[in-house]
Amino acid sequence: MIRLDHVTKSYPNTAKPALDDVSVEVDKGEFVFLVGSSGSGKSTFLRLLLKEESPTAGSVHVAGKDLSRLSHWKVPTLRRTIGCVFQDFRLLPNKTVFQNVAFALEVIGRHRHQIEKVVPEVLDLVGLDGKADRLPDELSGGEQQRVAIARAFVNKPMIVIADEPTGNLDPSTSVGIMKLLDRINRTGTTVVMATHDAAIVDSMRRRVVELDAGKVVRDQARGVYGYSK
Amino acid sequence: MRAQFVLSEILIGLRRNLTMTVAVIVTVAISLALAGSGLLLRRQVDLMKGYWYDRVEVSIFLVDEVTEAQRASIEDDLQALPEVERVEYESKDDAYERFKEQFKESPELVANADRDALPESFRVKLKDPEKFDVVASAFAERAGVDTVLNQRELLKTFFRAVNRIQVATVVGSILQLIAAAFLISNTIRVAAFSRRRETGIMRLVGASNLYIQLPFLLEGAFAGLIGAGLAVGMLALLKVFLVDGLRQDITFTAYVGWSALWSVVPWLLLLGVGLSAVASFVTLRKYLRV
Repeated sequence: MIRLDHVTKSYPNTAKPALDDVSVEVDKGEFVFLVGSSGSGKSTFLRLLLKEESPTAGSVHVAGKDLSRLSHWKVPTLRRTIGCVFQDFRLLPNKTVFQNVAFALEVIGRHRHQIEKVVPEVLDLVGLDGKADRLPDELSGGEQQRVAIARAFVNKPMIVIADEPTGNLDPSTSVGIMKLLDRINRTGTTVVMATHDAAIVDSMRRRVVELDAGKVVRDQARGVYGYSK
Repeated sequence: MRAQFVLSEILIGLRRNLTMTVAVIVTVAISLALAGSGLLLRRQVDLMKGYWYDRVEVSIFLVDEVTEAQRASIEDDLQALPEVERVEYESKDDAYERFKEQFKESPELVANADRDALPESFRVKLKDPEKFDVVASAFAERAGVDTVLNQRELLKTFFRAVNRIQVATVVGSILQLIAAAFLISNTIRVAAFSRRRETGIMRLVGASNLYIQLPFLLEGAFAGLIGAGLAVGMLALLKVFLVDGLRQDITFTAYVGWSALWSVVPWLLLLGVGLSAVASFVTLRKYLRV
């Protein structure tokens, strides 16, 4: 589903590359934690999957496509196969919960009647049934993140990318979000999640890829958070 | 997307940024009005050329002491020239009558003029006005001829002055158009910044570039269209007040009419909308990177 082959990414005007000869393969339906301290290259890793950046060297394959051969105008099609969740939720404050989720379908040209059928289903899935008409400001942080997950998942993507989705949430709310991501993973969706949250990684016991200074220093099948010494 | 929805989105976008929008519309209007008056001036010049060049003649003025025989031989030779279309003789009396008619607004000038003061002449109409040299070289040195005058030369000086005005309007309009393009680019930049949250999410969920950029393009094009509309209005006012005013005061020439105005309208609209769309597009490529 995702394959990085000897990927190096250097940003202009920086001495050290953000990713240094990274090779990682993620199969369909896997759940992978990406851990590492700030600046270790987690965000660059995720941005490469979305083709927001292109690697300096090496190749990135996502959903069977070589991203370096993907033409500029096909990038939107790639992004429709990937759902994204962020630490800061990124909801539109002047739209209701329903409209926020529907927005993701409207802008890719889905029909009205289809939107009206699918959005309530996905709101039900994330546990927000009955809150469709609320504005994001009226919701708790955990609920806002559920809206964001609903938006990421409403298009039934093959991959969900989560960049520190629990970073702004308290531990008990985080557990709820992780259960939700776990449920999404069980539908066969590949999940890649970057996180700092040791408790979550340790409790989930999923594959852990640790980055340090742009290199993969650990790739463990049922790993824990702890830094390798 | 329904047309009404698109239109209301455009209006919301333009209102959000009202001062910039007004600046864009005014700049586009002025630049296009200048461009349009440049085009109309060109039409006017062409009209005047056609009107006057049809009427201009070569005048061969005769000396006072010209003999009957000299006059007759000049006339015969003129008639024999293949370049000549028609020859008219104007006696001293004819010349005086014409002078009286031309300056009837200034009676004191007419009163002071001596009936004998004006020379007699041949008015020669050429088949091709460019062939003036043939006539001039053949008759300038002839006995009985005083001077050979080409009226066309006088007109040329006038048209040269008009041409300079025309160049000035075109240069002015180009400068204004450049300013308009920068203003539009700036407006789109501000609009893109104020909507970066929406566009960011759009990119993330895989909206196509066209879908993301179209509202901005339409906003720019719409402002350009309104500006072009205003420019057409200004040109119409110019026609009604300036040209039609002149038509009353100066009657001896042709003037541009409504049809000339309508013929430049499509160009102005095209220029206004096209300029805005191109400026928006270039800006978006830079500020709405996918």
